[in-house]
This record gives sequence, C-alpha cells and structure tokens, in this order.
Amino acid sequence: MAARLIRKIVPAAKTGASQYSTGVRKVTLIPGHGIGPEITVAVQKIFEAAKVPIEWDEVDVTAVRGPDGKFGIPQKAIDSVNANKIGLKGPLMTPVGKGYRSLNLALRKEFDLYANVRPCKSLDGIKTLYDNVDVVTIRENTEGEYSGIEHEIVDGVVQSIKLITEEASKRVAEFAFQFARDNKRKKVTAVHKANIMRMSDGLFLRCCRDLATKYPDIKFEERYLDTVCLNMVQDPSKFDVLVMPNLYGDIMSDMCSGLVGGLGLTPSGNIGKNGALFESVHGTAPDIAGKDMANPTALLLSSIMMLRHMQLNEHADRVQNACYEVLREGKALTGDLGGTAKCSEYTNAIISKLN
Amino acid sequence: MSLLSRNIFRALVQGSQHVSKGVHTTAVNNDKNQTKEGRIKCTLIPGDGVGPELVYSVQEVFKAANIPVQFESFFFSEVNPTLSAPLEDVVNSITRNKICIKGILATPDFSHTGELQTLNMKLRNALDLYANVVHVKSLPNVKCRHNDVDCIIIREQTEGEYSALEHESVPGVVECLKIITAAKSERIAKFAFDYAVKMGRKKVTAVHKANIMKLGDGLFLRSCEEIAKLYPRIQFEKMIVDNCTMQMVSNPNQFDVMVTPNLYGNIVDNLASGLVGGAGVVAGASYSAECAVFEQGARHIFSGAVGKNIANPTAMLLCSANLLAHVNLHSYSKMIKNAINKVLKDGKVRTKDLGGQSTTLDFTHAVIHSLV
Repeated sequence: MAARLIRKIVPAAKTGASQYSTGVRKVTLIPGHGIGPEITVAVQKIFEAAKVPIEWDEVDVTAVRGPDGKFGIPQKAIDSVNANKIGLKGPLMTPVGKGYRSLNLALRKEFDLYANVRPCKSLDGIKTLYDNVDVVTIRENTEGEYSGIEHEIVDGVVQSIKLITEEASKRVAEFAFQFARDNKRKKVTAVHKANIMRMSDGLFLRCCRDLATKYPDIKFEERYLDTVCLNMVQDPSKFDVLVMPNLYGDIMSDMCSGLVGGLGLTPSGNIGKNGALFESVHGTAPDIAGKDMANPTALLLSSIMMLRHMQLNEHADRVQNACYEVLREGKALTGDLGGTAKCSEYTNAIISKLN
Repeated sequence: MSLLSRNIFRALVQGSQHVSKGVHTTAVNNDKNQTKEGRIKCTLIPGDGVGPELVYSVQEVFKAANIPVQFESFFFSEVNPTLSAPLEDVVNSITRNKICIKGILATPDFSHTGELQTLNMKLRNALDLYANVVHVKSLPNVKCRHNDVDCIIIREQTEGEYSALEHESVPGVVECLKIITAAKSERIAKFAFDYAVKMGRKKVTAVHKANIMKLGDGLFLRSCEEIAKLYPRIQFEKMIVDNCTMQMVSNPNQFDVMVTPNLYGNIVDNLASGLVGGAGVVAGASYSAECAVFEQGARHIFSGAVGKNIANPTAMLLCSANLLAHVNLHSYSKMIKNAINKVLKDGKVRTKDLGGQSTTLDFTHAVIHSLV
C-alpha cells in the first residue's frame, strides 16, 4: 500500500519539478510517411509562431533490421520517447508483407499505450449532416479481439481468441472516469455486448461498474453496442464519453469521425504507462504527398490535445481558437474540405489569427 | 424450367383440392402446414418487451384483411423461463410450418442456469437459421438525414463471435473464442450472391477486419472471393468494418448488398436502421435451407415502452407482409405494404419515434382503414 502510494506520488512530483526547472519541454516528433512531413512542418510553424515552449526532437521510425534479424523501430526513436515521455506522430505506412509488424502496433506495444482517446466534435464551418456532435471515444488498446492469437484448428476452421483481462479493463475504465472528471464531462457510457459474450464482456462491464462507484460525480450508464450504433446516428447528443474494448472502440471511433467530417479532422491520443503518443489517424495519402495540398488539421488538433495533456492549456486554447476561426471563416480551406488553399496558405491563415 | 413445371404441377394438384387458395401457395406448400380450410399455419412468437403489442397489431391487420393465415402462438422467453414454452416445441412447430413471425427476445447478461448460449442462439442453431437478411430502405415521408438509402445486409448468424465459447483461464483473464469456418463462410457468401442475383442487384460488399484478424476474417474474405468468381456479373468489393461504418454514416447510398460475419452484421444492421428511422421501421428475416423466421431488422425489445402503446408497428407489419410474399400470397402482401406506405405518406398518424403523437393502436387502425 505504502509502496503504491509512493509510486503514485513520485512521477507526479518529477514532472512538476521538470516543468519548473526548464520551462521548455522536449517532445519527440515522428513526421511519418507520405504527407506526414508536410503536415508536421505546418504544426511546427504554428507552434513556433504561438511561442509554445516546446523543443522538438525529431526521429525517424523507418524500420531497421535489428540484431535478431527482424525489422523493428530504431533504438534511437525508442530512447527518445522513453526520455521525453511524450510524442507527436504523423501517419505511418505499413508495408504489406509477411513478417513485417505494423509500426503503429510496435509503438503501441513498446510504450504500453493502453488507452486510445478520440474526441469527435462538430466544427463550425464544416458542414455535415450531423450537428452538435461532442463525444469522446476511449478504447482499450492492448487486448480484446486484437490480441493476435489465432490458429487454424483443422483445415477450414479458424479460432480467434478475444482476450479480456481484469487488469487491462480496470485500467482503461479508470482512465475513462478520470478523463471525464479532468475534462468536466458529465457521463461515461460503457459500450459492451455482455448479453452475447457473457463472460468476457461481462468482465469488462463489471470492471466499469466497480470504477463507477469510485467516481460518484460522473454519471455512468451501460449500453449494448448495437443500441449505441442505432442511437448514435439518430441523435449523437445523447452520448458524452464512451469507454469500450478494442474492436468496438475501433469501429465506434471511426464511425464518430464520420459524423464530424472524417479522419482528416479528428485528433487522436494514445495514453500509456510509459508516456503518451498523439497522432493523426488518417492515411499517408501518397498521391498528394509533396504537393503542398494536404490538410494538417487532424495533426494540429492532436498536438493541441498533447498541449492539454502537458498542462499547457493557455497555449492550447490560443492555437485551437486560431484553427477554429480559420475553419469557420472557410476562406483558406484545403482541397479535401472543398477549398482551394494550399497546406502552407492554410497554415499561414492560422498563424495570422494567433493574435 | 424444372422448378416452374414443378410449381405448375403443384398448383394443379392444389387446385383440385381447394380451388380458392391453391394458386397462391407454392413456396411452402404441403398439407402439413395448412389447416383443413386451406389456411396457412404460421408459428408466432410474441417475444419480450413491446413484442406482444406489435404482434397484436399484425393480428388485427390480418383479421381485418381476412388473410388466410392461422397463427400457432408460443410464449417463448429467456427472461421468464418458467412460463416459456420448451425449445423443442417451438422448433418442431417452426420445422413443421416452415414459417414464423417473431418478436424480439430479450437477452439478459446472465442466464439463470449459468449458460453462455442465449435462447436466440439456441433457436438459430437448432433450426440452422444461418442467414439474416435486413433490407434497409428509406420509407416515404420519414424524415431522416439521408435519403434514398437502399441496401441489403446479409449476416452469418450461427458462428463467429456468437459461438458462446468462453472460459476464465485464471481469475481475471477471460478468453472468448470466435470461430470462423470455411463451410459456413462459403455458404453465406453463396447465399448473398444468389440473393443479389434474385433481387437484381449489382454489387456485393464483403465487410471484414482481415487486416487484424488475418486468419479468421481472412478465411471469411477468401471464401467470399472464391464464391465471387462464380458470379461474374455481380461486382464484388471488400471493405474493412471500421471504414464501412464511417462510409455508412457519411455516404450510405454507395452500398448495395453487403455480406458480413456475425458481429459486424449486427453493427451494420443497427447503424443502417438508424439512418432510415430506427428500429421501429426496418424489417428483417432469418433463413435456413428449410424455413424462414421473420423478425425486426434491428433487435431491440424497447422495454421502456412496454404497455405504453407507443411503439411503432411498421417494422412488424412489414415483416408480416414479407412473410405473405414468402408464402406466395402476393396480393395480400402488396395490400399491407401499400396501406403502410399510404399511412406514412399522409403523415397524419405518426408514432412517437417518427415525431408524432399517435399510439400503436392508432397506427394499426390507420393501416386497416387504408387497406384496399
């Protein structure tokens, strides 16, 4: 008990001290592939103009062959994130082929990023068929259907294992309630299918119920996955924070992105024990790479999430307001949003709004 | 050709026995599922929640239209095990009648006997109801964000995540098995393509997550690809499930026929139902090689509305119309469908879910008055 208490206190004290000591904090930057470098430059420019006290530590995560003969992330990148505890990442390409682990997955495993957070909020100036969407999906990121345990028992019969553990379920549930409290959210909805998968989803649900009792200020409700799908497209304002196992989270988070205008506009953060990684979840768009046509909004909003995670709320607000204003005016939108502006023009428009 | 001649032959045999009804019944037609007066017997499961109210609405309409169908009713429920009819009786009845209309069964998180299988799963497995078909179509004068949605979702519903194979390896660690077999994947893919051909559709989209579940969903996808080769006139497309949901909410008109494993089908069904007006307006059906069970497309018991007389019976009435078409009572089927469309088009009688104040009974009566 005492040990646990100390463990809880020590890291908090550490980060507090480092904030006082330097003022400028290092963040690992992974530009990624395709349009990644362009949009990271856009974010860097905006941050520089906004005088955000961040020093970028740029690393390349293109896979290298390790001593064991397998391709993996270079050690330098791992060291950098381990030292800085925080990172910002552009889209990564996963080459198709055997024996090549997805880099996204490798990063997730390496830093034990157990919770994926995706706020989906309707943006002024972006017309979609759904108004007033404001939901946050929190997804368990390490197990469930994506445990990767599968085998073919006999020819033509495959068994995939969905793994649910109490530890991981409690961890993500606790994160969800804490997130709700920190961000002044009112309600957490556990999304499950415990009527069909009575033991596994039942365990997940029990963990959520347990944690709910510790957060009496946050309203807690349970909903079946199919009910959430049905209600979400009819009236998204019914939902606030959603917490769910891996596969459901994957599906719901993309669906919610669809409600607000697609992956190009939704930020994403991965929170783990050993650090946090913020990223844009859209693809690498190789067809427009290098043409100054990409839309950096998702990465910019992710970096704003990162600032909030680092308690740099003032800077976050400033950048966010500038970005929202440019979107609302709709004069300097990129091609994917129906505008004609280039990525650099959009970036400059945001910079001009910073004051 | 052989089918046609057989049907004609049957119709002739029928005709000699009872002239009035013989022409209609060819699809499921043997003496066992008809009463002496030539009425077609149909199993009826009212289900839980608002099920009984909706089924009552169907019975009222059938009575008013004088439809030659006789219901064989069973109280069947998992939440009320003491009163529930035994599974065998229900299965025997459906096997005999070959058709069934069913309300939604509530599936609690815990079974009173500690079983992992739900009653729904047991019924599906016992009858081998492998294909669930939900036709999601925008209805006249039902205001939604998207217009002209028209897609058919075909879902495998006897394996996958719904296999009810789970165990706790050590305390706090639970394994849940998802089973995908080549035989069942091919069977559902074949069903989907056949259905597409029959309905004159152009495209079949397989929904999967084979990028993550490489073996399981990979097998499903490969089976679909294999079957697709046999249908060169139908376009085949594959889509990852998360992308599919995103496309569904932003541009649902691109979809035609979709074929999915169990859980994804459940998700897509509900999502698509939400796009056209909710669980109260979408009809569905489950098929085995032998029989057909007609039930709502999005399965919600709507327990909050029990006894309040506010549920929308449209979905259930559409189910009953589909059932009539299935037993070749096409004129009755059209009569009910036209009546529903007329009531919806007039827009004077709307239940609460569609923004009105009318009750279930009001709507039922409006449909009855519109029967011509």
